[in-house]
Formats: sequence, C-alpha cells, structure tokens
Amino acid sequence: MEQNGRIILDHTQFNLTIKRLAHQLIENYNDFSDTVIIGLQPRGIYLSERIKSELLKINPSFNIQSGSLDVTFYRDDYRRQGNPLIPSKTELDFTVENKKIVLVDDVLYTGRTIRSGLDALLAFGRPKTVALLVLINRRYKRHLPIQADYIGKNVHSIDTERVIVSWKETDNKDEVILYTPKDE
Amino acid sequence: MSKLSVNHLLGIKGLQKEDIGIIFQTADHFKEVINRPIKKVPSLRDITIANLFFENSTRTKLSFEIAEKRLSADVLNFSSSNSSVKKGETLIDTVNNILSMKVDMVVMRHPNPGAANFLAKHVDAKIVNAGDGAHEHPTQALLDAFSIREKYGDLKGKNIIIVGDILHSRVALSNIFCLQKLGANVKVCGPLTLMPKYITSLGVEVITNLKEALNWCDVAIMLRIQLERQDLKLFPSLREYTMLYGVNKELLDSLDKEITIMHPGPINRGVEITSDVADSDQSIILNQVENGVAIRMAVLYLLAGQIE
Repeated sequence: MEQNGRIILDHTQFNLTIKRLAHQLIENYNDFSDTVIIGLQPRGIYLSERIKSELLKINPSFNIQSGSLDVTFYRDDYRRQGNPLIPSKTELDFTVENKKIVLVDDVLYTGRTIRSGLDALLAFGRPKTVALLVLINRRYKRHLPIQADYIGKNVHSIDTERVIVSWKETDNKDEVILYTPKDE
Repeated sequence: MSKLSVNHLLGIKGLQKEDIGIIFQTADHFKEVINRPIKKVPSLRDITIANLFFENSTRTKLSFEIAEKRLSADVLNFSSSNSSVKKGETLIDTVNNILSMKVDMVVMRHPNPGAANFLAKHVDAKIVNAGDGAHEHPTQALLDAFSIREKYGDLKGKNIIIVGDILHSRVALSNIFCLQKLGANVKVCGPLTLMPKYITSLGVEVITNLKEALNWCDVAIMLRIQLERQDLKLFPSLREYTMLYGVNKELLDSLDKEITIMHPGPINRGVEITSDVADSDQSIILNQVENGVAIRMAVLYLLAGQIE
C-alpha cells in the first residue's frame, strides 16, 4: 500500500522535546534519589537513554538508576498474533521496592504495552509511584484507561495511520513521521 | 517474531538448526525470568497442560511441572502407577479422555519408542516428548547443548564424548542429533556390548578406551547405567564397569586439559562417576538442572504460541 509521510518532529524539534522532558522530570524528582528510569523494550530504551544523558548534561552529579524492561511474557495479545512473540532483554539488576519509577516508551497508542509493563514491573517489587513518559501520544486511541504524565508531542491520528519514530542510534536520524495510507 | 518449524516436540531429529536457535534465544530470557525475585510470568494463563508419565521420573517431571507453573499454565499430573492404565485402557483412550477435559498440551513420557509420534498423529493437542523408551528425550538434549553453549559460547568444533550405556539411552540419541546439528564433533565411549549396532551410521565414532576418549574431548556427558532396562547381562559386574568406564578424580587430574563433566541424572555415585567428580568445579550437573527449567519454559512457550 502506498503511503504519504508527514514529518511531525524534525531533528531540531526532536532534541528540543527531549530537553524539555528532561527539565520537566527535574521539576518533580529533584535529585533523582530513589528514582528509576525504565525504558520499555524494544523501542523505549533509546528514549530512556537519551533522557538520562540529557539529565546528566544538566547536572552531572545526579545519580540516576536506569534499566530496561521487556513486557513480552506479560502481553495479553500473545497467541492472537499468529506467531509467538520473541522477547527482548530485561536489564533491571535491582528491585523497584519503594522506588519512584518513570516508565518510558516511544509511542503511547492503545495502552496495552503499558498495562503489560505495569504487570511486568510488579515482578521486581512494589514501586512507590509509577509515572509514564512518552515521546508521542496518539490521542483518542486508547483501549484502556491509561494516560501519560510527560508527553513529548500529542498527535491526532486515525487507526490506519502509523507513527514511526526513528533514532540516531539505529536509523541514523532523529525524526518522527506520521504515515497516512493514500486514498484510492 | 519467529516460529518453530514443527507443531510438536517429538524428537531432535525432526528439528531444524534454526529451531534450536530460537529455543535457545527464548530460553536465555526465561533464565533471566527464573532468577528474578518473582519468578512467574502470565504468558500461558489460559493454557492447560497434562503431564502424562507412564514411566517413573523425578527430575524431568518436576522440571516440566515447575516450568509450566512459572508460565502460569494450569497443570494436570498423571502417572500410570495409580491409574486406569492398569485396568487395560489403551493409550489413545486414556489421552482422549484427558483431552475431553479441554487440555491444550500434553507432556508425555512412555516406555515405548515412538509413543509420542503415535500420539501426535491421533490426538488434537500439542505433544512434548519427555522421553519415549530408548528413542528420544529432546528437552534433555536441548538443555545439555544449552549448558555447553553457556560455558563455551558456541558448540561449533567442540569435541563431545558420550560415555556409558548408549544402547539403552534416549539421552544419547537425542544428544547426538542435537550436538551434530549445532556443529559439534560427537564420539561415544563404552563397552561394545552397550553400543547400538548401527551407531557408526550416525557419523559417530566409538572409542573403547576411556582415558583416550577423555583426552580427546572438551566435554564428557556421562550416562547412567540403566539397570532397569537390561534384561541380559551386558557386562560382567558393576565393579568391572566402574574400573574401566567410571570417572574418578585421579583420572580427571591425569588428563592433558581440564574437561567439563555433565550427567543427565540420576547419578549412580561411585558407578559412572565418583562423588568428588560429581561435586567438583569441572562438573556442571546442577547448572544442567537449572537450565532444564528455562529450556522447558521456552519449548512450552513457543509451542503454545502456535495453538490456534
């Protein structure tokens, strides 16, 4: 199917957005003691790493714990997708007991990944609070009552559209593009 | 996303090398899961698994059961010693009755070779072979290869010797298939009376001298002498077997290099290996048991993913 792409965050906006999100976190978490930033596999880890290095640029004395979380085994659409889902790596070498968690993902859409993430997190203890940070929030598309606390950009989109986030680390550029299927 | 090329795990013979790769990759993640503070994931919460053991087993049965429970599946346990099999019910009848209770997967151990293949043709459930007579024991071979991969990184070019009762061993056959598919060199060692007639047709050389065999290998898989499967006397005495084919610490220390010792269990301490060898740093026997849970979780997870 042929598609039209529209850039919704270009390179400059992309990096400004990450800077803004980092500053917003500082407002609420002060020096980040007892705070853990967790990126959701596979695509949320780039954002969480970026946010972390941005925070350290702002104040190198921050002691920020971070990790990655894979939610594959907690998904509710397992066996509804044809093929089994192959998991990614979870790297959390500490418990989250009584910690303030910032869960990080690239795009918030149906909310199902985040729901699985909340379940997966429980396997590592009982966090004090959990907040959600996303780069792109696709509004009005939620299947579950889940909302983000920190949002890079809100996007109004329809189901057939796709939001693709590219990362310098894997795709050679920082960019967010909204693809709309062409009408016949 | 990947998928196994098979719908059941009946034996290693029917697997592709890629299948083994997918299973190992998935097992890596489950190994991380079973070392978490909370070791359970909800993946198979809507799946029911029946463990049908028509032959005795401790390790395999517990390992499957714990793997199933860690995946949140519902588990039914059945062993033939206290069942209607004693009243003359056929295998298909027994299994179909159990399946009528809406079971999705069957893990079966059976004394007859081919029992799992037979079942896969006749009943509508995913079958995992947990050992069928002297035929195959695929999850054991997978966990053995996984343990070697964990220690050495890769199996390609590794020299692996399987020592002992090859004739009666399903572990040996599955291991030969599995290790060869992964590029390892496999030889067997033991008295000729315990060697299957056609073993060389598998591309496996027989070495009758234990010390020569151990000097050749990187890893030695020691098999148990299966007294319950020997109708004939195939060697004069256990004592003589131990003298010629038992591994003790002095023998291990006299070798040119440090080799790794494995054993599928249960160990006859003092027969195929002595206690100081079984408990030494060179033995990875308990790692095998831990990896067994991760491997079985991976197999069940991947097969369950293919249930329509």
